[in-house]
Amino acid sequence: MSAPVPTATSAASKRSLLRRLTVAPARGQDAPVKRALIHLGLLFASLIAVFPVIRVFGTALRPGNNLLDPNFSIIPQGATLDAFGQVVFESGLAQWLFNSLVITLGTAAVGLVMSATSAYAFSRFKFRGRGLSLTFLFATQLIPGIMLLVPIYLLAVQLDLVSTYRGLVIAYSVTSIPFSIWILKGYYDTVPIDLEEAALIDGCSQLQAFWKILLPLSLPALAIVFLFNFLAAWGEYFTASVLIGSKEELLTWTLGVARFQGQFQTQWNELSAASIIVSLPVVILFVYTSRYLVSGLTLGGVKG
Amino acid sequence: MFDWSQAGTALSDVGVTLVVLVAAVAILEGILYVVFVRWRKARLALPIMLITPAAIGLLALYVYPLLWELNVSFTKMNIRNFIFPGFLGLTAERNIFVGLQNYINVFTGPVLKQTGFFQLFAQTVIWTVTNVFFHVTLGIGLALMLNRRLRGRTAYRAMLILPWAIPATASLQIWRTEYNFEFGAVNQLLGLVGLGPYPWLSEPIWNFLAMIITNVWLGVPFMMVIVLGGLQSISHEYYEAAEIDGAGPVQSFRTITLPLLRPVLIPAILLGTFLTFNQILVPFFINQNELETSDILVTALFRAAFQYSRYGFAAAFAFVIFAILLVFTVFYVRWTKALKGAYE
Repeated sequence: MSAPVPTATSAASKRSLLRRLTVAPARGQDAPVKRALIHLGLLFASLIAVFPVIRVFGTALRPGNNLLDPNFSIIPQGATLDAFGQVVFESGLAQWLFNSLVITLGTAAVGLVMSATSAYAFSRFKFRGRGLSLTFLFATQLIPGIMLLVPIYLLAVQLDLVSTYRGLVIAYSVTSIPFSIWILKGYYDTVPIDLEEAALIDGCSQLQAFWKILLPLSLPALAIVFLFNFLAAWGEYFTASVLIGSKEELLTWTLGVARFQGQFQTQWNELSAASIIVSLPVVILFVYTSRYLVSGLTLGGVKG
Repeated sequence: MFDWSQAGTALSDVGVTLVVLVAAVAILEGILYVVFVRWRKARLALPIMLITPAAIGLLALYVYPLLWELNVSFTKMNIRNFIFPGFLGLTAERNIFVGLQNYINVFTGPVLKQTGFFQLFAQTVIWTVTNVFFHVTLGIGLALMLNRRLRGRTAYRAMLILPWAIPATASLQIWRTEYNFEFGAVNQLLGLVGLGPYPWLSEPIWNFLAMIITNVWLGVPFMMVIVLGGLQSISHEYYEAAEIDGAGPVQSFRTITLPLLRPVLIPAILLGTFLTFNQILVPFFINQNELETSDILVTALFRAAFQYSRYGFAAAFAFVIFAILLVFTVFYVRWTKALKGAYE
């Protein structure tokens, strides 16, 4: 009769198992139970973050006669790519995307050139009114976009700039300048001035030192600013809705896609397909570059 | 249907704008060069030449419109009096000067059809505080979890960042369809656990809740990523030293993590507050039944200007909103020294 012995060993092994599960194996690592809980938490949060995306794919694949099926299967019954074909070839989506792309690339480039040069002046020169100008740049970020839109719309009417891209391009590129200057100035400040001073001694002009030394060193920050301005203009809705109006062929994609959603009837599958098409390239770009985007943000704007 | 001639129009419209801009800048720089380099031989000639184009742009698109808006705010310019005001409406073709009447009306009359300023202000405060609270707490929570040594961290991070990455104009319309009473995923999921269905789009309280849920979904990734960046810059040695001294996880969070996150968190909260206070897309897309209980100050401003075309009133209202933001910012910056170091 050796009953108590195995009981004792199993209790001991149970205790050690419990220990193994709840005590960290090494410093900086987590106990298995804690790790499982963290995985659970992250998984739950990820599910919420991703859920609308999964739903969108499901809805986009639905055939037109099965739009309002309350059913959660990810691949719906009778899945079809019809909606994608519909929005690409029958709706104006391709046109709207092209319009957006032209406007966005143009404005991001103008904004970048203007802010890269101004930021250099703010970073490398001391002059009267410098602090005041930086405060002004910061203050522009406090102004609600709509507050600015009221007079800009009225002025655009007065100057006959409504229903053209001219007003929009100027508005986008100028409004991107303050934020860009802050970020670029923050980055320039981290580049040692010694390099440029050496170049000046070697006979470079100040402008050459900026062009040949600081700019190449600042390529990451310049790329970040370009991307920021690109993304901001790409998804902009209200300025475009006010300045472009309702001419079908002039719309940007943000205005165009909103048209799939009528007040009373919505083409759910087409709205979903269009949303996927407009989002996919930006999402890939964003997730791929997000690490750099954030480092740019913390360097320039959030320097504590 | 892709119309090539329209594509050409778009290209030329934008292209001509860019060419004109470049030409204008070139002429400007030429003048500045002659004046400051050749004639005045100014020490600061280069910074002047570098800043002037941007400065003119900012003057033309921030300062001038705002002065003009201030001017409009003293007039009764609206859809029936669509007269450009000249100076204070006095020099317009018809006198539309009303003095401070618009500013008085903001506080005494209805801003929208029924809702007045103070209700809108209360709604905005509730909206902003609730959202920022959840952004910060959930953002810190997720960042703490992501900052552990884990398998699949990159994948989690990529998934969690999605709400920020998707253009909001697209994702918000998807959210709106999911709040549909019968067919939306929200009510269907709640139905699985025996709740609902709830009228997310048509009833005031539920619509406001729907807006908050959507905006929390939208805003958490930003805070999470910022906090994660802050966490990664905290050296492990602090935690190890604390552990040796017998500090528990809660204690190290309170005495190490939070204080060292402060320089990152304080500007991020300021930025998050602005983004939420000025968030117009979420109310615009989630509240399409025009429930005035779901309006916040900036959406009310949009309606006053572009739906009801009360330009004079909207201009005055805009300055009231700006004053609120300014007072908040000044106090916040004083209190937290959020901008310390940015001017060096």
